[in-house]
Amino acid sequence: MNMELSRRQFLAGSGAGLAGTTIAALGFGDVESAHAVSIRPFKLAQTKEARSTCPYCAVSCGMVIFSAQSKSAPGKMEIVHIEGDADHPVNRGTLCPKGSAALDYIRSETRVKYPMYRKPGANKFERVSWDFAMERIAKLMKDDRDQNFIEKNNDGTTVNRWTTMAFLSGSSCTNETGWLTWKVARGLGLLQLENQARI
Amino acid sequence: MFPPLPNPTTQPVPPKFGDKDLLRRSATSITPPEKRQTEVAKLIDVSKCIGCKACQTACLEWNDLREEVGVNTGVYENPHDLTPASWTLMRYAEYENPQTGNLEWLIRKDGCMHCEDPGCLKACPAPGAIVQYSNGIVDFQKENCIGCGYCVKGCPFNIPRISKVDNKAYKCSLCSDRVAVGQGPACQKACPTQAIVFGTKDEMKKWADKRIADLKSRGFANAGLYDPPGVKGTHVMYVLHHADKPQLYSGLPNNPAISPIVELWKGMTRYAGFAAIGAFAAISVLHRVVAGRSVVSADDERNAKMLADKNMMKEKTP
Amino acid sequence: MTNSWTDIKNADVVWIMGGNAAEAHPCGFKWVTEAKAERGAKLMVVDPRFTRSAAVADHYSPIRPGTDIAFLSGVVNYLLSNDKIHKEYVRNYTNAAYIVKEGYAFNEGLFSGYNEANRSYDRSSWEYEIGPDGFAVRDLTLENPRSVYQLMKQHFSVYTPETVERITGSPKDKFLKVADWVASTATGDRAMTIMYALGWTQHSHGAQNIRTAAMIQLLCGNIGVPGGGINALRGHSNVQGITDIGTLTASLPGYLAMPTDSEPTLESHLGKRTFKPLQANQTSYWQNYRKFYVSFLKGMYGEKATKENEFGYNWLPKLDVAYDCLRMFETMYQGKTNGLICQGFNPLMSIAHTKKSIAGLSKLKFLVSIDPIETDTARFWENHGEYNDVDPAKIQTEVFMLPCASFAEEEGSLTNSSRCVSWKWAAAEPYHESWRDADFLADLFLRIRKLYEKDGGKGIEPLMAVDWSYKDPLHPHAEEVLKELNGKALVDLKDGEGKVTRAAGQQLASFAEMRDDGSTDGVQWIYTGVFGPNGNLAQRRDNSDPSGMNVYGSWGFAWPANRRILYNRASADPDGKPWSEAKKYVFWDGAKWTGADIPDYVPTLPPSRGAGPFIMNPEGVSRLFARGMMAEGPFPVHYEPFEAPVANPLFPKIKGNPVARVFKGDMEVFGTAKEFPIVATTYRLVEHFHYWTKGVHANAVIQPEFFVEISEELAREKGITRGGWVRVWSNRGAVKGKAVVTKRLKPLKIDGKTVHTVGMPLNYGFIGEAKKASPINTLTPPVGDANSQTPEFKAFLVDIEPISGPVA
Repeated sequence: MNMELSRRQFLAGSGAGLAGTTIAALGFGDVESAHAVSIRPFKLAQTKEARSTCPYCAVSCGMVIFSAQSKSAPGKMEIVHIEGDADHPVNRGTLCPKGSAALDYIRSETRVKYPMYRKPGANKFERVSWDFAMERIAKLMKDDRDQNFIEKNNDGTTVNRWTTMAFLSGSSCTNETGWLTWKVARGLGLLQLENQARI
Repeated sequence: MFPPLPNPTTQPVPPKFGDKDLLRRSATSITPPEKRQTEVAKLIDVSKCIGCKACQTACLEWNDLREEVGVNTGVYENPHDLTPASWTLMRYAEYENPQTGNLEWLIRKDGCMHCEDPGCLKACPAPGAIVQYSNGIVDFQKENCIGCGYCVKGCPFNIPRISKVDNKAYKCSLCSDRVAVGQGPACQKACPTQAIVFGTKDEMKKWADKRIADLKSRGFANAGLYDPPGVKGTHVMYVLHHADKPQLYSGLPNNPAISPIVELWKGMTRYAGFAAIGAFAAISVLHRVVAGRSVVSADDERNAKMLADKNMMKEKTP
Repeated sequence: MTNSWTDIKNADVVWIMGGNAAEAHPCGFKWVTEAKAERGAKLMVVDPRFTRSAAVADHYSPIRPGTDIAFLSGVVNYLLSNDKIHKEYVRNYTNAAYIVKEGYAFNEGLFSGYNEANRSYDRSSWEYEIGPDGFAVRDLTLENPRSVYQLMKQHFSVYTPETVERITGSPKDKFLKVADWVASTATGDRAMTIMYALGWTQHSHGAQNIRTAAMIQLLCGNIGVPGGGINALRGHSNVQGITDIGTLTASLPGYLAMPTDSEPTLESHLGKRTFKPLQANQTSYWQNYRKFYVSFLKGMYGEKATKENEFGYNWLPKLDVAYDCLRMFETMYQGKTNGLICQGFNPLMSIAHTKKSIAGLSKLKFLVSIDPIETDTARFWENHGEYNDVDPAKIQTEVFMLPCASFAEEEGSLTNSSRCVSWKWAAAEPYHESWRDADFLADLFLRIRKLYEKDGGKGIEPLMAVDWSYKDPLHPHAEEVLKELNGKALVDLKDGEGKVTRAAGQQLASFAEMRDDGSTDGVQWIYTGVFGPNGNLAQRRDNSDPSGMNVYGSWGFAWPANRRILYNRASADPDGKPWSEAKKYVFWDGAKWTGADIPDYVPTLPPSRGAGPFIMNPEGVSRLFARGMMAEGPFPVHYEPFEAPVANPLFPKIKGNPVARVFKGDMEVFGTAKEFPIVATTYRLVEHFHYWTKGVHANAVIQPEFFVEISEELAREKGITRGGWVRVWSNRGAVKGKAVVTKRLKPLKIDGKTVHTVGMPLNYGFIGEAKKASPINTLTPPVGDANSQTPEFKAFLVDIEPISGPVA
């Protein structure tokens, strides 16, 4: 492997490639009769695999996600390749054009990297800390809930609802996230709770 | 269902083929191995193809290719042609069948056919820039490529593309790196409907027979296999509903063959020819003439022909 | 899906209508191509466009958007008038033999009980005649003129092939071929699957589209059998699971109902839901509703839920009205909503009538978006030229755009549209500074609680009552939550003889163990068993197929009770024998029900008891006559979309669906055929997933730009060239795009008039790598299905003209 690599590098050197191969063609290159073809090294060797599920449609295809030590964030794993899980009874290793490109979703240019905040009337987002964002959101929600929470309706029936707050729940979230969403939303008294089942 | 191959291993595996399995090497005379590896083939069944382009994104992802975001030009094809970064492309043809009155949407995955008699390799003047393994895979060796564009001219299917960035030729490798560890090409693995299957060429022909029988039972009397003899067969084959009219499928050639120019040129690329005219001179002339272009122009063709003729003259001269 | 993706392989006929499986579900579609290749199945596609599914079909018929009920009713009429139905199935397993009580009527397109002023029905006449024994009256000869069967024959007789062609534009011969292939499966030894998706739901009469299709399947005996079923392909990867969980305004997990103002006590809620059998010996499984409800409350409120406080029933918020998505945006538009959290949700793109959505969002005090990638909604306040022409200075909404872990960076379970719950494992830690959704929810909830603890405020009791006793409250572990969904015994559960059947603290193996006295918990009864005493079955990865029928019973866990085909008792005749060897699936072996699947039936209940296979219904049979379950009536009727190119050819006085809800002010935003003569429909592209993948490089590469599909005929008429720019506008707004001129769309003759259809993909917006475009819902009308409020995205009116391209 190393021998081959060094030879390839040599051959790829400026001008040397032509010279070397022409020499070989002229019959002076017997020592180089092995031509050192370069089949790209298999890029999944030494990666770590995890079985996952495609995030897109409701076929929910099985995926194998390969990761390796990140070069940009030392100590973290970075996803390097995704392909279909051949063991999965539904997709049998196949993936559609979205699933096949799911790596580009993970590393999307428009991936949100940090909490961002836009002040009223501002024309840009600014980067904030999680703590700032969560504290502010909690405060905004509590203030509104205190103003608008209805404990009893006009008939005196206990209704415990907060109708000025809405939550749109993602249908690509896990069941566990779904339940925590339900619990938090209803725990706060939300009725404006919907997901993508209808749209 | 064609049995899916197991998921890839993450353990290092020595490649199943390499130097010792070279059948041909561009502009080089080599002794082919005594025993040929089992020939492989990719079978593309257009009658099962839904034109989803999973093959395109799987190819981009596996081969670390970054294509530009283009525009819509009023058709479903994107990009609009093969490029140095798009080694495969779905092509769509709307065909109103005069016999049945039915509309047929004929969708074909375009890309390298891995010809048994590879025109690109024969046309290539750069030693070792194109190789053919005994399993049938025709692979470009980027480090040896001089970007002359003769592979484009040599290809009866108009497949290779020259990069404007590094002036090298690019095309589908049949995922030689995957095949080398016992996997199928990335496009094949992704294909949702198994319109693409991969295996030995014999297996693929048998599989095609079954598909053709099914198509005939559904009224496609001319269903058949596309494995064109003009290039001594290919290692990418198609099942077509209208095998009598390949051109319906976005211009798939009816009878592809290597251009006669290339056949002449082929003589020149032999090392004897190089010795006679001086290889450095020939290559540098050629390189200057066509460098940076993805298509060989009529002028280039004339120049090449002149060179070829000159070469033949010399060969004839004692 | 009643059946499963892999079961499609057992189909002899595959009918795709109201969906485009090849395009929207390519990897599931492989089971269609397998059925074709391996068993010679026939595929037929009915769609306004010749789609990617049609590209590999054996038969294709065009149809005008929004007229599916007419087409399907034509098939019903064909089956009934030619007596091509599975008679024994229909007699025994549907309510065809039931007698409808006096008072029920259908005249001039309306059923008995219509109230025009409030656009709704008094549904009381849509019921069975009840006999002196308290059970519904039947006539198994099917001859009684008031039997469902006879009423159906009469009701559907108007949908002749000629009428179908007149309404839908589907040529008679193409329609008849479909009807004929459908009829070929009414035999007991062949089966047809119907695959549909949003092409049927996104209409003002969407639920009735699906219902009509289900009726066809029942008439053919195709429900409960391998290769049959009525299969909703569905959208997102876990839309099934999230629907099961019930993050929908009126839902509790497991299809239980939210309390309403008229149900002040637990008993008042449960008392309405006793589900007393309507026929002797019927299972009527919903009789267990109260056990599931109480177990839910015990899960939600833990130890705080006691018999004395009705298990915390009154801590749940009560519905004054259902806030579906359309009402949510109406409420926002009226300025009555102050805060919105979008979790992996891009409503600016996905809600009808974008202009109204923008106005609504602008009235919010705060908006929180948590998503792995930027959404158009999170940037709704930003000016993107003609694509989002707003003035940020005038929008006072505070916006938070929070980074969320992607699918690959978290573990948990998902439920696919085959109802199979399966596990995914994390491949990496969350990227950048992103958090998992669960961590965001936990942090938010605990932070708000802390504020209440510190400062006090309104509604503290219900907020504090919620059980949040996770081992690490800030980071609930997915397996711990799945266990909570499953449920456990809270005390030793004993059988009648006092023997302990489930020890306190043990996970439940089945919802049959749930009790209504507070001795069990479990918030999602339909999932019970997924994490039972034998561990996390969602993680099972045994892909063996012991029956050879493509049934993977040891892969994950399919709810309910790991059943892969619902109503599978119906695959056998009333005596328990398979209808045919070819479709042998679940049958009575003399002592028990057995076969390739978990029986959807009491496993030891002999056929002689006469309990029907549709165990959830009090009748034990399925309903061809829907009783009072549907807003529009017990039988489907062809109603035009709210925006239609012609008046209803059958009932010209009726505009749209007579019971669909239209908000005040929205009636005016509908356009007329005079101003907007062209029918438009919207759809997904295979290259993209909703509004995500415009931000995914490779997908932006393979389909980079919004376009408008039009026929060659319309292009000629309007002077539009392939690849040229066009403007499309409705009464609500305009979009611009490139013209894809195609043979795959054809003008249709409707009631004597030539009608053009244009098609537009929905996947483009102003955020991402793909070329910018106006949100497609700029064009769509804000009206929903009368039952589910799913917006009418699939059929509305526009006009089109060629324009010069935008200045670069």
